[in-house]
Amino acid sequence: MSEKPRLIYFNGRGRMESVRWLLAAARVEFEEIFLDTREQYVKLIKDGSLMFQQVPLVEIDGMKMVQTRAILSYIAGKYNLYGKDLKERAFIDMYVEGITDLMHMILMFPFSPPEAKEKNLALITERATHRYFPVFEKALKQHGQDFLVGNQVSWADIQLMEVILAVEEKTPAVLSAFPQLQAFKTRMSNMPAIKKFLQPGSPRKPPPDDHYVSTVLKVLAEE
Amino acid sequence: MSEKPKLHYFNGRGRMESIRWLLAAAGVELAELLSVLTVKVYGALLFQQVPMVEIDGMKMVQTRAILSYIAGKYNLYEKDLKERAWIDMYVEGVRDLMDLIRVHHKLSPQEQQKNLALIGEKAATRYFPVYEKILKDHKDDFLVGNQLTWADVQLIEAILTVEEKVPTILSEFPLLQAFKARVSSIATIKKFLQPGSQRKLPTDEKAVAFTNRIFNRR
Repeated sequence: MSEKPRLIYFNGRGRMESVRWLLAAARVEFEEIFLDTREQYVKLIKDGSLMFQQVPLVEIDGMKMVQTRAILSYIAGKYNLYGKDLKERAFIDMYVEGITDLMHMILMFPFSPPEAKEKNLALITERATHRYFPVFEKALKQHGQDFLVGNQVSWADIQLMEVILAVEEKTPAVLSAFPQLQAFKTRMSNMPAIKKFLQPGSPRKPPPDDHYVSTVLKVLAEE
Repeated sequence: MSEKPKLHYFNGRGRMESIRWLLAAAGVELAELLSVLTVKVYGALLFQQVPMVEIDGMKMVQTRAILSYIAGKYNLYEKDLKERAWIDMYVEGVRDLMDLIRVHHKLSPQEQQKNLALIGEKAATRYFPVYEKILKDHKDDFLVGNQLTWADVQLIEAILTVEEKVPTILSEFPLLQAFKARVSSIATIKKFLQPGSQRKLPTDEKAVAFTNRIFNRR
């Protein structure tokens, strides 16, 4: 009898949001514990729950998993979102890694100093428009299929959907030159599990605000 | 008939070194293009970045994707999903530590002093204790599944690389010392550690200046 996975993180997107997306897409219900105080975090470390003293932490199948990529990789493998062979995995991995590089810029954005924010925002838009989105536009155009790899939904599609919406929050017209990605976004939005995740009341977290930033800094004592 | 994997990168460690380690550990011969990037190669880079490895008809980019494929192909990556999970966690931890070292040569002399202290501190308090404990708890020769995996290769690379900067780093870790000796004497790894192998020297200032010129950095 397996219990629900349990996510331990701040009450916000950060590095855990991709995990929420993937579990939601796989229709896996999960519990969440939110870190609001430094005391909670210190206790987790003292208990030996955090292998490298860092969150995200996901308790799943008897393991206390850390390291976002390891967690996502396990979930993708377990719920059939990781292609059918080594080569499909290779393409999924390449796409996911590229998307992660872009997501990382968005993730770090709220923590950048005010004077750097304009520059960072421009860089996010530039990278999305010139480095990353063209790759996925081309991939979809070339094979004409609904999904990036192997004609079935995979981790790469979920991750791409997440990053498209995240960039659009900053640059609403970012998909204007990418018709394939627009169609992809519509298709993905209509998948029942994702449609549900995009509705209010789901575990999806809102964009980070000042309260989120100050909570993270306080809990990690990185003033 | 499969051809040798072909590595495209600078003549230096950087992000490609872990890939060289893993292929060497697997006993795979490789070809390297260690030169100024040609436009032709540049056009073949999915996200305009190296490392790039031509392997099995693919032009693979993104270090982790490449390492994952090599590990899977050459039996250095358990089949069981849970054992893979442990390998992934251990690898990611080591990678975080290696990232501190990878950027070291780019820092100013002042920053390097601080970074050196940080590397020593993180290795000794955050990372190496974890692997010491794993080896202590199960008493096996390797980190996962009682056989050589990607996690072991990544760990020995990290140990040797940290030791170059902090020679006494293993003084409090007897099991890691034994691990280092054991894994170094595995035939393929022993060969890689000898002069004339594809292993690259620590990054130095000449390499930094060269890379900066390529990427038009100041």
